[in-house]
Amino acid sequence: MSNHSHSHADAHSHAPEEVAKHVKTYLFVFGALLVATVVTVALNYLHFDSKVLTIGIALLVAAVKASLVACYFMHLISEKKMIYVIMAFTTFFFIGLMALTVISYLDVPPETATR
Amino acid sequence: MQATTHTAAHHGAHEAHHHEPSFLQKYVFSTDHKVIGIQYGLTSLGFLLFGFLLMLCMRWQIAHPGETIPVVGKLLGSILRNMDGSLMMPDGKMTYDVYNIFGAMHGTIMVFLAIVPLAFGAFGNYVTPLMIGAPDMAFPRLNMASYHVFLLGGIVMFASFFIPGSAAQSGWTSYSPLATTVTTHGQAYWLVGMVLLITSSLLGAVNFIATIIQLRAPGMTWMRLPFFVWAQFVTGFLLLLAFPPLEAAGIMQLMDNVFGTSFFLPTGLAVGGRIADASGGGSPLLWQHLFWFLAHPEVYVLILPGMGIVAEVIANNTRKSLWGYKSLVFSALAIGFISFIVWAHHMYLTGMGTKISAFFQTTTMIISIPSVIILTCLFISLWGGSIRFTTPMLFALAFLPMFGIGGLTGLPLGFAASDIHLHDTYYVIAHFHYVVAPGTIFALFAGIYYWFPKMTGRMMSEFWGKVHFIGSFIFMNVVFQPMFAQGMAGMIRRMADGGLNYSKISHPDAIGGLDKIYIDLHTVILWGAVGLAISQIPFIVNLFVSIKKGKKVTSDNPWEATTLDWQTPTPPPHGNFTKEPVAHRNPYDYSLPGAAKDFTPQNQP
Amino acid sequence: MDIPYTSKPRPDTGIYNAKVGIWLFLASEVMLFGALFSAYILLRVGAPEGTWVHGMLNIPIGTFNTFVLITSSVTVVLGWAALQLGNFQKYKFYQAITILCALGFMGIKSFEYADKFKHYEVWLKNPVTVMHGDKEVQTNRVLGHIEYDGKHPYFWNTRTLREKGIEGFKFEADPYHYTLSPKELAHAKSVSKGKPHVVLDIKTADVERLSAFVPSHSTYFAVYFTLTALHGLHVLGGALVIFYIWGPGAKMWKSDPLRYTNRVEVSGLFWHFVDLVWIFLFPIIYLL
Repeated sequence: MSNHSHSHADAHSHAPEEVAKHVKTYLFVFGALLVATVVTVALNYLHFDSKVLTIGIALLVAAVKASLVACYFMHLISEKKMIYVIMAFTTFFFIGLMALTVISYLDVPPETATR
Repeated sequence: MQATTHTAAHHGAHEAHHHEPSFLQKYVFSTDHKVIGIQYGLTSLGFLLFGFLLMLCMRWQIAHPGETIPVVGKLLGSILRNMDGSLMMPDGKMTYDVYNIFGAMHGTIMVFLAIVPLAFGAFGNYVTPLMIGAPDMAFPRLNMASYHVFLLGGIVMFASFFIPGSAAQSGWTSYSPLATTVTTHGQAYWLVGMVLLITSSLLGAVNFIATIIQLRAPGMTWMRLPFFVWAQFVTGFLLLLAFPPLEAAGIMQLMDNVFGTSFFLPTGLAVGGRIADASGGGSPLLWQHLFWFLAHPEVYVLILPGMGIVAEVIANNTRKSLWGYKSLVFSALAIGFISFIVWAHHMYLTGMGTKISAFFQTTTMIISIPSVIILTCLFISLWGGSIRFTTPMLFALAFLPMFGIGGLTGLPLGFAASDIHLHDTYYVIAHFHYVVAPGTIFALFAGIYYWFPKMTGRMMSEFWGKVHFIGSFIFMNVVFQPMFAQGMAGMIRRMADGGLNYSKISHPDAIGGLDKIYIDLHTVILWGAVGLAISQIPFIVNLFVSIKKGKKVTSDNPWEATTLDWQTPTPPPHGNFTKEPVAHRNPYDYSLPGAAKDFTPQNQP
Repeated sequence: MDIPYTSKPRPDTGIYNAKVGIWLFLASEVMLFGALFSAYILLRVGAPEGTWVHGMLNIPIGTFNTFVLITSSVTVVLGWAALQLGNFQKYKFYQAITILCALGFMGIKSFEYADKFKHYEVWLKNPVTVMHGDKEVQTNRVLGHIEYDGKHPYFWNTRTLREKGIEGFKFEADPYHYTLSPKELAHAKSVSKGKPHVVLDIKTADVERLSAFVPSHSTYFAVYFTLTALHGLHVLGGALVIFYIWGPGAKMWKSDPLRYTNRVEVSGLFWHFVDLVWIFLFPIIYLL
């Protein structure tokens, strides 16, 4: 098998030092996730007046946690372009589904609004 | 059936191998993409016929409301039962409920059990690995699983006809609250069936995309792929990303049906004159959004493989390369991408505001451009060609104007203003049937006649193929052309009496009542449908008889095609290629100046 | 010809087949859960002010479950790292923890579900007096637990009262209701900690509607149960696959260690996705 000099977290980075470095990263991310979870719940007790702020902050923390899992546990940060392309399109369509559905719901002719 | 040819090749390729696989392993639980492709093909053709027969019964009812259905009326009358066990149509006369059942299931079966499995499951499975030079699909066992889950879904859908209350009856679109509040269990069966079919498609899509990305033979770069493969690739992505929201919606509707939730039931809903016993707070529009999020990309799933087949057949039978290969590829990709953001053009009349309506109208207009580009490239590909009018070519040629009519008639539907008049009328039925029936189905017929010799080593009868073609072409137009006029006159869809109650025949003084001519056209359409049915008989006979009695091919490449699928033994053995093929050139090197023959296979250096 | 790139990566894409496959599958799962989240957003945005149920789930238990799932996520990737170093025993150890965490998660979820199924809301024809925190209020809608025949029954609803011929039941009322704002609700809960609950005597004739916290109670619970049940099915499915590879399928470590490691990686990717969904699910359903 070929030698990899770059730190790629694919199935073939078997150099022990590389794996040990990755393990350190995993444990650090684990700690960060636990802390972020505590932060999520703690922020919940703050009861902001603005609904937008509440939702925004909750989603922001969730997004940070999700990014940590995706980038480091799922190795997305060092993954190949092919995977990025697939996930980029998926993200676009997911946002499209959410956004366009909600906008369709909110954008109604003025005389017909029931809310 | 293929026992003779398949076993012979199988023995030849596997003499050194272990024991001979059993019948079950070879034909029922095979992981070979070619066997799976044929399994999909035969199953889907069976459902195509079944869906067609449902339609014949409906057209009879429309043209002769309240009269006993000939031939099958008594049979249906003895099978279909209500929830309390009584017969639904005891005297063989179609009731309105049975009409709705047949209508809902005709759409469902044609889209999900016939066309998609045939275009994607059958042709995609059989041809794609061969065309890219791969030994099989990337995940053969997953492939087998996807067929069996599809079969299970089909069985559930078919079985639903026979339960008390019979099958789903709220349209193939299953809008809530109707779909949820109908008291029969057919809808629950429909939802379970859909979950199975969606799962099958998802597994298939994963397989196709991974295979095309990973298993292309050396030298088979992306821009050397036959257009058929590009079409299947984009189709795979549409299935992968668009189906899950419908699965989610299906789960939610199942929750509504079985667990009494109110995902799609609004507050204050009244059913049968009483307030429904549900929490309310749901949104019928939510169902529509999630349904159409799939169902719009779904129509491109229906057409893209067909375009792929037509492209191959045209290149082969004009003896020249396709015109505008790059345009074709980028248009297919564009169609795939844009198809995800046009869906609400099916919902113009749901009370959306002008801004969001304008958005969807714009994207809908934009998506027509790549479709036209593809059609134009295919048309221009004919110019200067040495055209061979073989049966596959006849169907491929007819596809072009038929899809053209279907596509162009979609434009007034895509504009919100004109859609106000045309929405939910027979115009819509005519539009989408033109695209799928003389559109995709003709492309699929072309594919069957084209690849039959590779699968079986025999040609289908050219004579009966041409009879099949002429009959189908004429009668498809007889059936669907009048519907444009009916729709523009205001005839609404899904009327079990054919619109009689809204006509000047029943109500001579009614303003805006349908003129008698539009009702009379139903009789023309019925005769067209019967003619269409009769025209399929030579095809069905030809298909099965030719397996044993068709003219044997004299070479592995009887059509003298350039693509890799024809550079294999006939039929291709397990593993397809004895040694890994290498692609040395573009896929359509026909009539190269200075070449010995008028075609140069893709694996020729 | 054998299928290439099942273990070795394809040079131009740099990936082996199964990894492409699992990411494609995960893309479809993003759309699946995405659609459900979209449904949640639409239903919540469309709900009239003050009608959306909130604050009815046990946050400490949900938080603990989040820790459980995050832990299982790290053990899955540590197990894969151990395999890369050739340490099969360490992999077995870590993966066993993963499976135990999965079972723990499902167990806790089942407990949560059961708790919901005996927590009720009753809509009365005439208002009664209950406490919201330390305030007395007159209301038609009361949350709480049913006591009948010395037991706390599950899954009762309006129809059950009629079918079982029940004339009346005791109702231990909660000192809060979800129509209170999040701040008021939190205040009511904290102020009434440790204090005894008001017990009402409810006559069936006075009941407009009775429902446990089941999917049919409200669109909130419909979404809650559907999302968590679907997620739970994925936890179960993922755990089964990981268990199979860990147990019966472990023979492959001897015959084809690279392919085995890839299997562990691919199933691990699925597992992380399941964790990812929960990371969004938890704040959205439990906290917001």
